[in-house]
Amino acid sequence: MSKYDIIIIGGGPAGLTAGLYTARSKMKTLLLEKVAPGGQAALAWAIENYPGFPEGIDGPELMERIRRQAEKYELEIRVGEVVKVELSSEDERSKRKVERIINTRGEEYKTVALIVATGTRPKKLGVTGEERLIGRGVSYCATCDGPLFKNRKVVVVGGGDAAVEEALFLSRFAEKTTLIHRRDELRATKIMRERAASNPKLEFMSKSVVTEVLGETEVEGVKVRNVETGKDLTLEAKGVFVHIGNIPNTAFLKGIVEMDEEGFIVTNENMETSVSGIYACGDVRKKLLRQVVTACGEGATAGVAAGQYVQKWKYKKEI
Amino acid sequence: MEIVLNDKNFEEQVLNSETPVLVDFWADWCRPCLMVAPAVEEISRKYAGRLKVGKLNVDENPLTSGKYGIQSIPTFIFFKDGKVLDRAVGAMFRADLEAKIGEILNE
Repeated sequence: MSKYDIIIIGGGPAGLTAGLYTARSKMKTLLLEKVAPGGQAALAWAIENYPGFPEGIDGPELMERIRRQAEKYELEIRVGEVVKVELSSEDERSKRKVERIINTRGEEYKTVALIVATGTRPKKLGVTGEERLIGRGVSYCATCDGPLFKNRKVVVVGGGDAAVEEALFLSRFAEKTTLIHRRDELRATKIMRERAASNPKLEFMSKSVVTEVLGETEVEGVKVRNVETGKDLTLEAKGVFVHIGNIPNTAFLKGIVEMDEEGFIVTNENMETSVSGIYACGDVRKKLLRQVVTACGEGATAGVAAGQYVQKWKYKKEI
Repeated sequence: MEIVLNDKNFEEQVLNSETPVLVDFWADWCRPCLMVAPAVEEISRKYAGRLKVGKLNVDENPLTSGKYGIQSIPTFIFFKDGKVLDRAVGAMFRADLEAKIGEILNE
């Protein structure tokens, strides 16, 4: 079984930055990523609020730069989805706790400290037709599938920044883009609301929720209910893009570290979770702001805090 | 190496193939497609001789992508004896893709 000082789960901006810090301080570090390094940030076309890039920077390019920087200090990156974390108590005498990780391919790793940077995934609507039509018109990523809907009618569900951003992107291709949102006004920030309002190809349907995705083998439309009047109507669409929020990827840690009711991990200001030696950073944390810039800052803190933990464990032999 | 598929060679290379075929429907603007591309290439080498791996650009080949109703990419479709065996949408974990390949090749 391979042993590490620090294992990081997740290769988005938080995990990569944590790895940059730990590898640079000569900790033996492994980063496990389930698809490919970059995280959700690698799906963004332009990141406009990451400091130092006044013209904005392409998501994949920024992530590629961070990855290269981490690998320069010999951060080891492997592909593998972690399904289970065990706290072993085999070293009872010294009361040293060693976390053990098992990934899908049956590989096992041992580590002194663990950094969780697994991020979030899109929340589903949970309505009839949605699951069946994923990949057949139902999508959670406009920047991935948008261009396939050239000159078609599409709807975007959600009223936050992400929904507006995706709707603006889709309006470049689609014949008509309708943003369906529950409230009276968009939840999105002022700059996004203004961009949306000045886009002639965007239409809005407020106080409305999607109650069903229609279509047999591909999306034909959606059923929409007005939450104020209770009236239903059917809207023709070939694409349904869902952006109603995110859920944390923390199922494999249930019962191990403290989480809030939605599953976001609770940490202190040093990114330490309820279990000493386990840290969390990035979108997976319970917090106010989920951006690349906050993910990087937290990754750095988690990396340093985990490094201090490893030092104590190694040299003082007590924790 | 993966085979470059198009509307013209699809029948010969995929539908008439003696070995099972994994087709990766992709486009150059698709971020997740680029993310999984290295894994697809490795798979093509690892299973060479037992599984044919092909890539079809959906922008350049509307007939084939239309026929198989591709509306999200990457979409992976497994073909055997000219028939669709299985289909998966989105950036798959390599382990999941290989699990499907294992089923199809009875390994």
